[in-house]
Amino acid sequence: MQVSCTTCEGAMSNKPTLHIPHPPARPGDKPDFSYVALSDPGAVDRPEVNTSVRAMAYLSEELIRVMDDDGNAVGPWHPHLDERDLQIGLRHMLLTRLFDAYMVRMQRQGKISFYMQSLGEEAISVAQSMALRPTDMLFPSYRCQGLQVARGRSLVDLMCQCLSNTNDMCKGRQMPVMYHWARGKIFSVTGNLTVQFPQAVGWAMAAAIKGEDNIAVAWIGDGSTAEADFHHALTFAAVYQAPVMLNVVNNQWAISTFQGFAGGERRSFASRGPGYGIASLRVDGNDFLAVHAVTEWAAERARRGHGPCLIEHVTYRAGAHSTSDDPSRYRPRDEYASWPLGDPITRMKQFMQKSGCWSDDQHEKLTAELTQHISESWQDAESYGTMTTGPFLDRSELFEDVYRDMPAHLIEQRDELRRLIGED
Amino acid sequence: MPQMNMIQALNSAMDIMLTRDPSVVVIGEDVGYFGGVFRTTDGLQRKHGEHRVIDAPIAEGGIIGAAIGMGVNGLRPIAEIQFADYIYPGFDQIASQLAKLRYRTGGDFFAPVTVRTPCGGGIRGGQTHSQSPEGLFTHVAGLKVVMPSTPYDAKGLLISAVEDDDPVIFFEPKRLYNGPFDGDHDKPAVPWSTHPGGEVPEDYYSLPIGRAEVVSAGDDLTILCYGTMVHVAQASAARLGVAADIIDIRTLLPLDVATLKQSVEKTGRCLVLHEATRFSGYGAELVATIVEECFYALEAPVRRVCGWDTPYPHAFEWEYFPGQKRVMVAIENLLEEE
Repeated sequence: MQVSCTTCEGAMSNKPTLHIPHPPARPGDKPDFSYVALSDPGAVDRPEVNTSVRAMAYLSEELIRVMDDDGNAVGPWHPHLDERDLQIGLRHMLLTRLFDAYMVRMQRQGKISFYMQSLGEEAISVAQSMALRPTDMLFPSYRCQGLQVARGRSLVDLMCQCLSNTNDMCKGRQMPVMYHWARGKIFSVTGNLTVQFPQAVGWAMAAAIKGEDNIAVAWIGDGSTAEADFHHALTFAAVYQAPVMLNVVNNQWAISTFQGFAGGERRSFASRGPGYGIASLRVDGNDFLAVHAVTEWAAERARRGHGPCLIEHVTYRAGAHSTSDDPSRYRPRDEYASWPLGDPITRMKQFMQKSGCWSDDQHEKLTAELTQHISESWQDAESYGTMTTGPFLDRSELFEDVYRDMPAHLIEQRDELRRLIGED
Repeated sequence: MPQMNMIQALNSAMDIMLTRDPSVVVIGEDVGYFGGVFRTTDGLQRKHGEHRVIDAPIAEGGIIGAAIGMGVNGLRPIAEIQFADYIYPGFDQIASQLAKLRYRTGGDFFAPVTVRTPCGGGIRGGQTHSQSPEGLFTHVAGLKVVMPSTPYDAKGLLISAVEDDDPVIFFEPKRLYNGPFDGDHDKPAVPWSTHPGGEVPEDYYSLPIGRAEVVSAGDDLTILCYGTMVHVAQASAARLGVAADIIDIRTLLPLDVATLKQSVEKTGRCLVLHEATRFSGYGAELVATIVEECFYALEAPVRRVCGWDTPYPHAFEWEYFPGQKRVMVAIENLLEEE
């Protein structure tokens, strides 16, 4: 049976038919991003942070952009960051990208079991992290490694987690990239989707209860907005006016299903916010300056007691979902080259060069420095053990931390395993 | 006889049911155009159309809830939950709605939904891609619960599940998708073509829900198991040269008590295996059944080998997995017990 165009049939026959969303292009087709609603750079106004949800509802459909196609920063959202901050931002983005590429190679060589890269989405984690306070609590998705990088986590620690070795913060219990960092105020990444959204709201409620002005910030993808926890989070955030920033990283793809399958065909993801009574903004996720400005705005709104924000970052998942995925089965191979919002690092570099605070020579030197830093970090990380060579974690670690104090039945099971290992 | 791996056998079962019965639909994340993350629904949308093999938003509660509504409106949905570890957002719909609809409406409403979901460890999936939650579902009155251990059983049981008017939770041990894994991870993987269970007829056939299978016969002891542990049990007994009645439970609920009873009355000794955590696991139901039904025939306490009562760890996958070594120790101890 051939698949037919049900949308057209439905319209013609005046009776309900099942609409099946179709991405604009499949493998072999010409990429087509005409569905992405764009505003001109600098064209969207910047309201006061205490503006009512109703009065700023249009911001959930517009697209806040600062950098134009020629590398100029324009409009009211221009954050006017100083040179040093720009250079730090570029450095963090580049480090995140090079680190990702290295770790994908390590997975291909069989040195780690799995990996997920954030290629093309680096500006979001890095700019947001820089626009927040170090005391704000972050609830990352599995594509937010830029948060770790920007908050100064050592690459060795991240690598050791991916290696499940003796220096692994998760003590060998989690798949690669499921990092956490208690001291750095970054919560534990989980494979279950959207679960962090209501948790972040609860963290923010607690901050309000305690009278502190730290805020909570959480990230999910476009696909994850379909989970019920999205609704729970927005409801609780609105009801209690919790100081929380809820980010939807709309990277167009959830494994093989495009954003239409999460309900993005008719309205933006940000536009769901005003329906709950939540201030919502839609931003160019590949524009470091715009993401930084929007995050600062939302953080100030939350911190000053004007309530939560929902932010949709419009970006593109340039890599595979994970190292277990092959996107050439479901989307054109060269789709990223046609993405209308470009590449976040290329654009940042272009802007900085045009502003006179960056050069090709500096860029080359930085790339070389970071590349060397990564491979040195990997050597360090391997000294704590690999999947095949020691040192290994103590295997009875398996039974620790199920509870604070180990109950009798687990002590028995631990001892049974020790006896078995002793017989080796 | 054609050879199939478990993925192909499941695909064949769905293909046949989609062809035979226009009310059958498949719904789940990535199941349509892409053909599923494990390729189980590969080609089905192309062949049967996108109104019958339907990609779903990422919302397990939504998938199960919608499947119930479709079932009430005359369809026979096969809902795929991508990993059993992700079934919990749908648990309320399964436990409170799907399982109890017939009962609470005096038989006036029912939803013939099959929920397919890959379970079990052995693929370096850590705690979010390795769980065996079958015991949570066998504890819910109104559900049937199935877990095959071969491609042949998978196809025949899936067809029965789809035809069943009651809801069936159909667990697929993902480590068995491509071959009969016996717990020895150092050994090269073997394909299903090396195993009689990989011989799968192309055409329609069904296997009854509610019937266990004696996969090998012996007088020394009875081993009750299902899923991946069937293969671990066979390898362990063979290595020890023990003659065991190895019973593949296959359908956990309803349970084939008669087959279990007949075996334990013969052997007097019984070992229960599963990959799931031990405490309040499905094995406890098996042990209780044996004690109640065969108490006077028992020559030794019934013993269990199960997953440890911890989450499934990434680094210690093989320390966690109840492999041949633990099973052999348990068999030896059980045979020595007076």
